[in-house]
Amino acid sequence: MSPKKKTIKDFLKTLPKNIFSGFVVSLIALPLGLGLAMASEAPPIAGIITAVIGGLTVSILGGSNVTITGPGNSLVGVVAGAVLFYATQSGLEGELATQQGYFVVLAAIICSGILLSILGFLRLGKLANFFPSSAIQGMLAAIGLIILAKSTHTMLANQGTKGISLAFGNVTIFEEGSVLGLLFGIPKTIIGVFSYDNPGLTYAAIAGVLGLIIMVFYPKIRNKYLQLIPAPMWIVILPILFSYYYEFVLQQPNPIDPSYMISNIPDFNSIVTNLPTVDFSHITSPAFWSIVVTLTLIASIESLLSIKAVDKLDPEKRRSSVNRDLKALGLATVGSGFLGGLNVVTVIARSSVNVNNGGSNRSANFFHAFFLVLFIALFSTQLTRIPLPALMAILVFTGYKLASPNVVKKIFSIGKEQLIIFFITLLVTLKIGLIEGILLGVFTTLIIHLIINKSFSLFFRNLLKPNVLMFKEQENEGNYYVSVKHFCSFLNFFKLKNKLDTIPENQDVIVDFSMCEFVDHTVMENLNNYQELFEKRGGHFEVIGLDMHGTDSEHPFALRRILPIPNLLSNLTRRQKTIEELALDYNLNYESNKNKNVHFLEDFLFFRTKKINHTYNQLADDNSSIRLFDLEFSEGEFIAKEVVRATMMYVSLQEGIPEFTLDREGFLEKVYAFAGFEDIPIDNHTDFSNRFYLLGEDKLAIQSFFNDDLVHFFESNPYYHVESNGKALLIFRKERLSNIKEIKVVFDFGKRLKNVLQVEKVVKL
Amino acid sequence: MQQKPFYIIGIGVAFSPNLKANIHEAARFSLLFQAKLILIHVGKKSQEKTQQIEEILKPFITQNLSYELVFKTGDPVDVILSTSKEKNVDLLILGALQRENFVKYYVGSIARKITRKANCSILLMIKPSIERIPCKHIVVNGLQNQKTKQVISSAFYVGHHLDAEKITIVEEIRQQEVAINVDDDKSLRKANIKKERLEMRETNRVKKIVEEIPEDYLKEIVIKTQPIFGKRGYSIGHYAQMVRADLLVMNAPGKITFWDRLFPHDIEHILTELPTDVLIIQ
Repeated sequence: MSPKKKTIKDFLKTLPKNIFSGFVVSLIALPLGLGLAMASEAPPIAGIITAVIGGLTVSILGGSNVTITGPGNSLVGVVAGAVLFYATQSGLEGELATQQGYFVVLAAIICSGILLSILGFLRLGKLANFFPSSAIQGMLAAIGLIILAKSTHTMLANQGTKGISLAFGNVTIFEEGSVLGLLFGIPKTIIGVFSYDNPGLTYAAIAGVLGLIIMVFYPKIRNKYLQLIPAPMWIVILPILFSYYYEFVLQQPNPIDPSYMISNIPDFNSIVTNLPTVDFSHITSPAFWSIVVTLTLIASIESLLSIKAVDKLDPEKRRSSVNRDLKALGLATVGSGFLGGLNVVTVIARSSVNVNNGGSNRSANFFHAFFLVLFIALFSTQLTRIPLPALMAILVFTGYKLASPNVVKKIFSIGKEQLIIFFITLLVTLKIGLIEGILLGVFTTLIIHLIINKSFSLFFRNLLKPNVLMFKEQENEGNYYVSVKHFCSFLNFFKLKNKLDTIPENQDVIVDFSMCEFVDHTVMENLNNYQELFEKRGGHFEVIGLDMHGTDSEHPFALRRILPIPNLLSNLTRRQKTIEELALDYNLNYESNKNKNVHFLEDFLFFRTKKINHTYNQLADDNSSIRLFDLEFSEGEFIAKEVVRATMMYVSLQEGIPEFTLDREGFLEKVYAFAGFEDIPIDNHTDFSNRFYLLGEDKLAIQSFFNDDLVHFFESNPYYHVESNGKALLIFRKERLSNIKEIKVVFDFGKRLKNVLQVEKVVKL
Repeated sequence: MQQKPFYIIGIGVAFSPNLKANIHEAARFSLLFQAKLILIHVGKKSQEKTQQIEEILKPFITQNLSYELVFKTGDPVDVILSTSKEKNVDLLILGALQRENFVKYYVGSIARKITRKANCSILLMIKPSIERIPCKHIVVNGLQNQKTKQVISSAFYVGHHLDAEKITIVEEIRQQEVAINVDDDKSLRKANIKKERLEMRETNRVKKIVEEIPEDYLKEIVIKTQPIFGKRGYSIGHYAQMVRADLLVMNAPGKITFWDRLFPHDIEHILTELPTDVLIIQ
């Protein structure tokens, strides 16, 4: 287990990839930064300042590897609320009031940055583990709804509306201007769209709706060249082209109402010279500190959750130093606050885009900041041509993702009581506030646990006991055994987590709950995360001793509920029936149900940064050496998340071969080559080298492996993406499901390829 | 070796549902160790009680068990403690409930009170049985302490007499000794190297102790060492429970105050939730 030496040479070698990845991320960060800042009632440039300061500071001082930092979406509601609160207190009117309010909030942001650093120094990176996951889900959904409430009206060019109020007699359910009022006012705004007197407003609303359409449908188009520019950037580019078209071709003013264009983007010089006057005059008031605490709590929860999720995607399987990251984020927040920016947090969507584009170390974060500076320095005037509703469409999409019905569905499938926790947290957060919401969520969870166990003493007696025992079994080398006693819930999960964190992820772990009377959903979910992490990094993580709990119907927390139930009724689609026929025809075994056992695919480079959900519709020969299946996997996280279903073929080989990836040569590969990926040339086969793109670590072995027969085989057959992990091949054509004809063709291709490879071996022998 | 053989074994007798099982266990022990059994009952002497006890002892009397009945009135804790002192009891056997309810714990039950004050070795039995259940696996505490040598050798002495198959010596290493916080890959590697070193050191120390034990006692017993990182006293109980040990051998605690019970440590953890039968060596 000796550490790999990271030399400057390695760093320089990966630098082009990281620059490229940083560039792609900056394309997303630009519109998101502008949009998040505006939804937070801050000047739009604040979002960019946040991303730049965050990127520069955290990339140098942080402790994680492939994360991207910048303005976070969960803080929108808090900042906006605080700005409006201090705007009304300032006694000023209009823009000036908002500005004054923002100056006070900057002070709060700076203070929260200091608190965040202190959390890091006190090693409280485990803070996020003290909250039940359903309560966190409820809080995130509430944040999503707050974002929806704020941005939908602007997207539909009805800025400044107060929504509606609802009252029965004397009982006011919600009033105008509140989040609920705004939410229930959305239909009113939608109806209003069709009757704007000012055509400028109608154009603005159209821009917003088009933006939303781009966000929703863009991931569905899986075209390599279109995907090079991420969806949010199209929302920026298209309106700018549109406005230039009006200006230079039609020679008319832009039809979108000027009040709905992004205003006051300062040029680069004035950002540096005109620092905001941060207003610390409220520092003694309790209201100020409640904002500071809320900012700190939300920022740390969002960052910690993101770091945890991104660590799972890291292709080099490194472990982030959470506390070091917290310190860096705190420092970055202080700096950002003084320059007029927002809280710096680790953001999941941008980080996952970074990983998917080949970012491999912190320099990607640095370059994302660098490119943002470049954009502002070069294009700050062009940015004022972006209509506000289009930017808000990005936020509407974000808000929807946070509060989508899928979240509720998932929580309901875990258990009804989780839904109670979820909705209590959600409603209290919307009606009263974030801190109150999450605290009540914690309290509700506790009460529900007490009711389910019908025992107070189980929790009270054992809360402070060191209930986790971990030891390395001496006899069969290196098994870590973890035994948990009494109960394990969000209250004491940190004890288990502390132990689990001291195990290298490539080891074997057994977690034994047989002496544990109660395990809650938060723990099960976290253990599932550990399980995925260990599998990805070559270890093994097993949870045992829950069988007794499983038979007890009053224990609905366990994940085993999700175990696939065999589908007894034959309810196959037409495609499935044809595949079934094909199986008979070709003498193969057919299984239509979902198969979660996908470890055999995890070694492939293609899946390194992707999460495989399951395979289904599998065709296999008798010894499973050839398998053809539909596969569901996802790449990216959160708003960048795309679930992809594709048909692929897996061929296991008897002999070891070098690891390589082979695909059709194209424009995209040229771009990648520019960014540091290298095509391996095969001597005497320039045609092959021109048409195919071959990639792998062991250049010499690959060159000798691709002999004349193999090259001729590839040259004379259709293009496929062929990948070897050393002992098996992965073959597919497109990232989508294949029809029956295509299945037959790929099956034939795979079989013949296998024969070619095996004949080759025989010849060599 | 300096372990004290058990010449005189005492047992507190109360007329509870467990009476027969308790007496059976104690009598068996006395026979195995060829010791004299002293039955101490807190209460007035009566014909009826004597008869009942002797009835239970009958099968052992035929095997030449030497025993003595003591009846004394007074506070149970004081009576048992003073009698065992008087009679020079080497090992006191007490029946105990596995887990006590909340109030009892903080006030202290009889068995636990005696444990805290006694000057002789004590065996706390949580599941006495009339038929003999073989003692297969003994877990013994090997943490670094001046008493450890004696505890380990006593464990082998007992194990030898009870025909135990396996003795596991558990070295509890405190987390503080590792003194490295795991943040990232680098610190994780450091911590693991440190841990391995500590484990090696502890295993060597225990090995040396085992080497001094008379060979007779080592015969036919599988010896295993197991380092664990965790809270002292608590983790070993947890371990014993997990491996389903039949007996846990611990060293006697120092003086215990009320505060130790509020913030339990070492043996107090074991007393709170007895994982299995516990032998405390004085």
